[in-house]
This record gives sequence, C-alpha cells and structure tokens, in this order.
Amino acid sequence: MAQTAMEIAADVNARRRSAREVTREALARIERTDGDVGAYLTRLDEFALEHAEGVDARVGAGETLPLAGVPLAIKDNMCVRGTRTTCGSKILADWVAPYTATAVLRLLEAGAIPLGKTNLDEFAMGSSCENSALGVTRNPYDLERVPGGSSGGSAAAVAADEAVIATGSDTGGSIREPAAFCNVVGFKPTYGRVSRYGLVAFASSLDQIGPFARTVEDAALVYDVIAGKDPMDATSVDLPVEPTARHLRDDLNGIRVGIVREFTTDALPAVVADVYSIAYRELEKLGATLVDVSLPTAQYGLATYYLIAPAECSSNLARFDGVRYGLRVNGSDVTEMYEKTRAAGFGAEVKRRILIGTYALSSGYYDAYYVKAQKVRTLIAADFAKAFERCDVIASPAASSPAFRFNAKSDPYSMYLMDYYTIPVSLAGLPSLSVPCGAVIPEDGTRPMPMGLQLVTPLFEERRLLGVANAFEKATQHASKLTPQIAGARA
Amino acid sequence: MALAAEDAACTFGERAWSMPIDVRYVAKLARLALSPDEVESYGAQLTDFLTHVDALRELDTQDVPATAQVIHARNVGREDAVTPCLARDEVLAGAPQAYGSYFRVPRIIGAEE
Amino acid sequence: MTAVASPEIRAKYQAVIGLECHVELKTATKMFCGCVNEFGGEPNTHVCPVCLGMPGALPVPNKKAIELVIKAGLAFGAEIPNYSKFDRKNYFYPDMPKDYQISQYDMPLTQGGVVRFWLPDGTRGECRLTRIHLEEDTGKSTHAGSGDGRIAGSEYSLVDFNRAGVPLMECVSEPDIRSAEEAVAYLDALKRTFVELAVSDVKMEEGSLRCDANVSIRPVDAQTLGTKTEIKNMNSFKSVQRAIESEISRQIGVLESGGRIVQETRGWDEAAGTTHVMRSKEEAHDYRYFPDPDLTPLEIAAGDIEHLRAEVRELPFERFERYADGFGLSVAQASQLIDNPSLAEYFDRVASASSDPQAGANHVLGELSRLANETGIAVADSKVRPKAIAELIELVAAKTINSKIAKDVITRLWAEGGSAKEIVAKEGLAQVSDPSTIEAFVDEVLGSNEKIVADIRGGKDKGLQFLVGQVMKASRGKANPKLVEELLRKKIV
Repeated sequence: MAQTAMEIAADVNARRRSAREVTREALARIERTDGDVGAYLTRLDEFALEHAEGVDARVGAGETLPLAGVPLAIKDNMCVRGTRTTCGSKILADWVAPYTATAVLRLLEAGAIPLGKTNLDEFAMGSSCENSALGVTRNPYDLERVPGGSSGGSAAAVAADEAVIATGSDTGGSIREPAAFCNVVGFKPTYGRVSRYGLVAFASSLDQIGPFARTVEDAALVYDVIAGKDPMDATSVDLPVEPTARHLRDDLNGIRVGIVREFTTDALPAVVADVYSIAYRELEKLGATLVDVSLPTAQYGLATYYLIAPAECSSNLARFDGVRYGLRVNGSDVTEMYEKTRAAGFGAEVKRRILIGTYALSSGYYDAYYVKAQKVRTLIAADFAKAFERCDVIASPAASSPAFRFNAKSDPYSMYLMDYYTIPVSLAGLPSLSVPCGAVIPEDGTRPMPMGLQLVTPLFEERRLLGVANAFEKATQHASKLTPQIAGARA
Repeated sequence: MALAAEDAACTFGERAWSMPIDVRYVAKLARLALSPDEVESYGAQLTDFLTHVDALRELDTQDVPATAQVIHARNVGREDAVTPCLARDEVLAGAPQAYGSYFRVPRIIGAEE
Repeated sequence: MTAVASPEIRAKYQAVIGLECHVELKTATKMFCGCVNEFGGEPNTHVCPVCLGMPGALPVPNKKAIELVIKAGLAFGAEIPNYSKFDRKNYFYPDMPKDYQISQYDMPLTQGGVVRFWLPDGTRGECRLTRIHLEEDTGKSTHAGSGDGRIAGSEYSLVDFNRAGVPLMECVSEPDIRSAEEAVAYLDALKRTFVELAVSDVKMEEGSLRCDANVSIRPVDAQTLGTKTEIKNMNSFKSVQRAIESEISRQIGVLESGGRIVQETRGWDEAAGTTHVMRSKEEAHDYRYFPDPDLTPLEIAAGDIEHLRAEVRELPFERFERYADGFGLSVAQASQLIDNPSLAEYFDRVASASSDPQAGANHVLGELSRLANETGIAVADSKVRPKAIAELIELVAAKTINSKIAKDVITRLWAEGGSAKEIVAKEGLAQVSDPSTIEAFVDEVLGSNEKIVADIRGGKDKGLQFLVGQVMKASRGKANPKLVEELLRKKIV
C-alpha cells in the first residue's frame, strides 16, 4: 500500500526516512509511468531535490513540518517562481513566473516537495483536460479515457502515485469531477478560505484552490496548511481556521444527510444510479439519517454559471495581450497585434467563453444577462441555506457518469453538463469534495471506472465536511478496490 | 414559457434575448481575430448556448439583490506601507519585446488615450 | 492663430465649460499594491506583479487613498454615500496592465459638492461638482519614430509602468464655468484645496494634475446647450486658459460663418496656439463596467465620515474670504499667502497679535519674504517670532520708529530673534521727533546745500526730497521724515 502524506511526514520528521529519499523514489515513479499518463507539463526534478535537502536540514535542526518530504504536484495555473507556468495555453507556453502563489508558498514552507507542474484544461476551462494546448493526460484507470478537468493532471498524478498530494483549482467542479474520474479525494474549500494570490484567475468570484489526495485525512492535512487569511488577496476571509486533520469523525451518528430531490439519479443509467443508492445506504449504515431536501433553483445553475464565469474570465484574460509577457504575434499596429496574438494563443474553448462573457457584459445586454445571473445566484445560495436548516451535509453524485473516452463530448454544451451537480455548489461558495464511492464498467468499455460521491456542507464547515467524508471512506474503502491500468503502479 | 414579470415588462430585455449575436463586434471588443468560418461557427455556438440560458427568464428576480460577494466581507484594504518592487530585469525578462528599460509595442492608431 | 472675434460678436455668445480633472493622490504607495508612489525613477522599476497585471496577481485597496478622496469630497461639501464599490472599466491599450482599469462607475465615493473660487479682480464664483471618484492610473507611453512625440505617424511606442496603479481622483464638474479665466480660477481652487488637505501635490508639469475641458457656446439668451467639444493635451494652467479661449473663438467663428459645431475631441497644440482634431465622434466605447469581483464593497460608517470631516481645517476659499473681506488684503496678497500655507499660518499669528493685519501682510510678504529668499530659511522657521512683528507694527503706528528703521529692525530680528521693542531700545533706534534735534540736522544740511536751496526757492521742487534724504542720512535714519520735510519747507521759504 502506498504511503499516505501523514505517514511520510511522520517518517521524515522522525528521521526514519529522508525527504531526499522519498523524493528520489517519487521522481523514479514519474519516470516510469508519466510517459503513459502525461500528468506533468513541467518536471522540477532539480528544484525538488534541492528543496528536499532544505527540508532534511530543517528537520535535522529539530523542526517538525506538517508535510515534511511529502511529494507534491502543482497545477500549472499556479505561479511558482522560476518555473514555467503555462495554464495549459500557447499564450503562456514559455512564461516563467517571477513570484510564487501564496498557497504554494505555504505548502513549501510546510515541507512539501514540488515535483512538477501538472496539465490542465487551458486556463482551467473544461471538464476533461482535453482543452490543454500543451499536452495530453490520460486517466490512469483507463488510458483511453480522460482524467477529467480542469485539474486533470493533478488528479491523474495522485491516482498514478506520481505524487502523494496535489493542488487543483475548482471553479465549477474542476477539482471534484477529475477526483471522481480518477478515484481520488478532491476537496474544494469554502470560497475565500484559501488565498487566490498567484492562481491565474479564471472566474474570480468562483475560483478556489484545493487538494487532491488518496485519503480524506491527507486532504485535510493539506487544507490545514493552505487555508487562512492572506493580505495579498482581498477576498480571502479573515476567519480562524479550525484544524481538521486529526479531528475527523469516523461515524455519522446524528448526522442528517440531505438527498436533493432535483439531483435525482432517475435519469441516469441504472448502473450509475445503483452506485449512488448503495453509497447513500452506506451513509445510513454509519448512523446517518437521510433527509429529502429541495433545491428548486439548482436546475438553473448551469445557465447562471455559464454567464457569470465567462463574463469574469473575459475580463481576467484581457491581460494576455502580447505586451508585457507571453506570446506575441506581431501586427502593423497594436490592435492588430492584440487580435493576432490572442487568436493564435487561445484555444477554441477559451475563445468561446471570452466571446460569451464579452457579450454578456456588453452594453444593452448587461442587465438581461450578467445581472440576472447574479440575482439567480442569490436564489441558489438561499436554496442551499434553506436546505441546510434540515440537514447537516448534502450528498449527490459528483458527476453523472464515469470518465468518458477522448473526443466523446464534441458538443460544448454536453461537456458543460458534466458539471451539473458541482456548479450550483460553486455558485453558493460552499465547501465541497468528492470521495471515491464505487465503480462501474461503462457501456463503451471493459475496465471498471471509478465514481465519486459529492458532499457539501454550509459555509466554513470544513471540519464537518471532511469528517463525514472520512467516516464514509474508512468504512467503505472504495478506492482500494480498483487498480490503475498503468504498469508498475501500486494500488 | 412563462416569463417573469420584470422580464416581460422590459421590452428591451425581450429583444435582447432573441437578437442574433453580432459576433464580429463582440470579437472586436475582445480583440480576437476570427476567420469568417470562425465567425460563423462561434456565432452558431453562441446562439445555441444562449437558448439554454433563456431559461433564466422564468425566474422572478425583481426584488432579489445581485450577489456582490458570496462571503459578505466589507472594507477589506491595506495600510499605505511600501513593499519591495520587482527587480527590473525580472520585469523585462518575459517581455515579448523590450527596448532598453521599456516595453515596446507597435504603433497605436486611433485608440483610446 | 485663430482669429479672435470682435467684442460685439463675442458678446452675443455665452461659453459653457465643464472640467474633468485627474489628480494623483499623495500616498506612499500605489492604489492596489505596495509599490512606491513616486514621480520619476528609472522606467519599470516601481512595479510588481500586481501593477504589471501579471497572471495570478490580485489588487488590495489602499485605505489611505479612500480616506483622502472622502476628505476631498467633504472639503467641497459633497455627499458621502454609505455604500460604494469598485468597478472594472474594460478596454485595451498598451499602458493598461490588465486591459481593464479598476475605477468606480455608478456608486462613486462622493457625489455633488461645490468648488468656490476667486478671480484676479476679486470676483467670487462657484462651480458645482458632479462627483469625485477613485481609480488607478495607467502606465505612460511615449511614441517614437515620428519625430515629434505624437501618436500620429509614430512607428512604435514605449511603455513605462511606474505610474500604473497610482491612485487617481477623478473630479468631474458640472458645466457651470463661463470663461477661460474662471476655468483657471477653478483649477487654482482645486489645487489650493488639495495642497491644503495634503491630498495631492497637484503639479501639472509632473502629471499629478491632468485636465480635459468640455467647451460649448450658445447664444446669450439660449436655454439649451450647444454641441460641445472635448479639449485635451493642456499641460499647464496657462495652456488651459489659452486653449479654452482659442476654442471659444473657433466655435464662434464656425457659428458666425454659418457652420455647425461637430462633437469631437481636439488636442491643444501649444506651439501653434490652436486646437486640432484628434478623433471625430467615434463609436462610443463599450466599457462593459461590472463590479470588480476581486474587491469587497465599501461600507462607509457615519462615524468615520465625521472623523475625517474633523480633520478638514480652514479651506483656501474660507481663508480668502477672511483675508480679503475680513482683513482687507488685496487679492494678490491673499492669494500669495494662501499658496504658502506655512507663511499664511505665520501671518495669522501676526494678525491675531496685532491691530493692523494689513501691515502684518506687508511685512510678511515684503521684508520677511525677501530675507527668506536670500537666506533659504522659511519665514516660519526663522528666529522672528510673530509677536515681534506685531510689536514692530505697534511701534511704527505709535511713530516710535519710521518704516525705514522698521526694516532694519526686521533684519536684526532675523539675525538674532528677540523682541522688537528691546532692539529699538538697545540700539537707540527710536525715531527722533524732538523739533530742536531735528532742527539742528536741518540747519546743517541747509548750510551745506545752498545751491539746491536756491533752486528750490526758484521753483525746482525736486530738490526738496534730496534734502530730506540728506537730513535722514545725517540723522542716521532716525529723524521723523514728516517733521523733517515740514521743517525744511518752513525754513526754505
């Protein structure tokens, strides 16, 4: 059984193993399998070993570091000083960041070892990682299938044991959906819990950084390190962070689990629906009471999200103009330069969203689209608040299907539907995660593919959320029942 | 489909939802060069997409405030204290075209000033 | 040069002018990051990921900048709302690091207000403010390859982002201004107020004040407004005056010859003394304003407003009224003092200790200022205590010393400090008014200047002043000059 982050940190802090040793092994595993998986866009072998030396020195001097020696993969939309930070885009293919994201700084300070930058859908826009302009990532459980997105590379890295923990970013489901597809835990904290400074912005009012890990406890450990007010991010909340790791419940006695009427699994294929019926029963077996709750406006989540997120992104991506950094395609005047640079540098999905967003904000349409969407968002948040009066945690599928094959979703809107369950949660800013809950063999395949259970709690209730997930995971151990396809991978 | 009262009352809102999208104009605003094929295909995709978004008109949001911030924070700011700047070679390191200590761009024609 | 319309034609029209000013705030750091806010500096050295618009960077507002704008608003009697926010103004331009500017759209920090000003001849005027809002400045682009630095014809541009992100106050006035002279008076009032509040340095030559004018004309009795043009590129108060005058003349010329004013943006050409079209009515920019999701809204508590209001002391216009109406100072004197706050404060202390503020102003702006220029020491930092000047004024009023001696006393005070009375006593500088003593000097001078005496008797009066001067010299300046002249006259006749 591969070591968890908790176990590695304990070993390194106790000097039973050195960070350098752990790092060398992790790098060797990447060497063995990433040719097939393609999780990493940029490897940071030298930087990793240097950093590991530093960690060993600090531990040697008597320090205890929460993530001492733990191999870490970083999604490539997070700036790490001195490293190529591409966002999976041609427009930043060669850009080296001059500063490091706060969340990453905290992880490095805590002793984690950065192994490399992982692949993603371009600028975090997508649900399969197929929108990356710089590489292909394959699902370690079936290399013919997508790892999910946008944080596909990070999810795959952890699934393939090419990292023990990884950072992802979640705007509409970009941590939870790939976690579900890759049989790992993916956690999105409450909006504002983790600093966005250094996370290349997609949709400012929705983006959050969160961890991937193989266990809930490890995810909790990472959360404890990265959460907390950052003066460099005006939207990071100034609230004390309740430590979560080592404070996780392992039963669900007294917990009311809300099952959302509008998230009925009736419309899903029977094999998929069954996975969730079983999962809900497992929650009951742990002592939970299932409660029927309603989110009447949740069905409008997609429309709402696909007006707000593109609007914000159209503004956030304006800065990629060929003037100060990144790709430049010359023109006879500056306007031509802008237009050609952005045409060459952005992929189709990014262009699509910029166009939708620009349109939604434009004069004459702003009230009908953008403002309307922000009002519906208020209704969605209110629905959740009301539902939480009757339950402590909401459970639902994380995605409506397991990982699909490459090029399966050619129509953009069908791709958007992958985030159906995760999007309303993002709009309300609620903390949420996906934990492995079983597997199905897809109609068009032969290998069993993992599925994820989405759990949601009220704002700032991370400890409760991780606790419920922990109890479920410890009792069911779904993840361990599957074996990745890649050679030499450990279960 | 029943329209919410405020959307039915707003005649321009009604028109806004059903007007064809001027993709060229939008692309101009966004400084994106599009080929004629792209104009057509994005136009079709956007129009199609907006029919899905149409559903929002069913909801009555007359007295609903637009979400400003999900976290309800106010007045976040910082003190007026100096912090270190970037070194100039770092600043210009990634510049597509530097000229001495400046960023160089092609000529600006008839643009905002 | 634009032909200037004759006064009769000019009198047919009324000019309607509004001013839009951008004022850089005097904070230590930029609006949304901790980079130093300082004019000059090597290009691209006062920058960081935030003000360069790098991927992943985020803005955090400078609380001091917000306070300064509120104070500026309060100084002009503006309304401060309870709720305000920042919006993104989206457009592309090379000096815009994010290709959007963080600004304020529909909920600015201040609304309304009135700017009161005075003209060189003492007339008072006022101009309402529409609003003052807070935003960030852009970088600076210089246009190269065309030989004259203008955009048109340049081959490329060079951009320096040192200025990007500096906090900027945008002051928009209602079109209440009626002449180029009023426009300058308005700008003076803004400048003096902002300097008094320490809100900005307001130096047009450094770019900390930039100003655009909207100018239209209409027949004197018309109710509706004429078509306006926007005038840009004025780099000093003088330019503003000349440019507006030029534009008014031009518009009159157009209307008088049967043409129509076209709504357009015109740039002032200092060398040619005219405005030229920069761009004709272009498509209105679609800035796609929306509330900036990276920033939290601002809730301004009544208590905070009161706190800031209490920090606003006497304003320049109030001071002007006190000096001109209260003390009877000339417009020039009042303006001079107001433009030098520490000098004005010094003067105030002299004025409150003395019964003749006018005399106080004369001394402060005259001899004391001359000494300050010479020695490089400010009046307020000198050894001369305001009370000493007040004393001096009393001594002159009581005719204990004459004005020439007063000057000497000031020089002494400057060098040693102390009391005027003591210096006069110590040096025996008291004016001599005793008739017999004066008569002795007069007789001496009359005796040595027989020819001039004869001239005066013969009708050449000029010689008298010369003789007065001689007596003053003989008496080492101490003789009472009035008495000297009286006595000379008596004796010569």
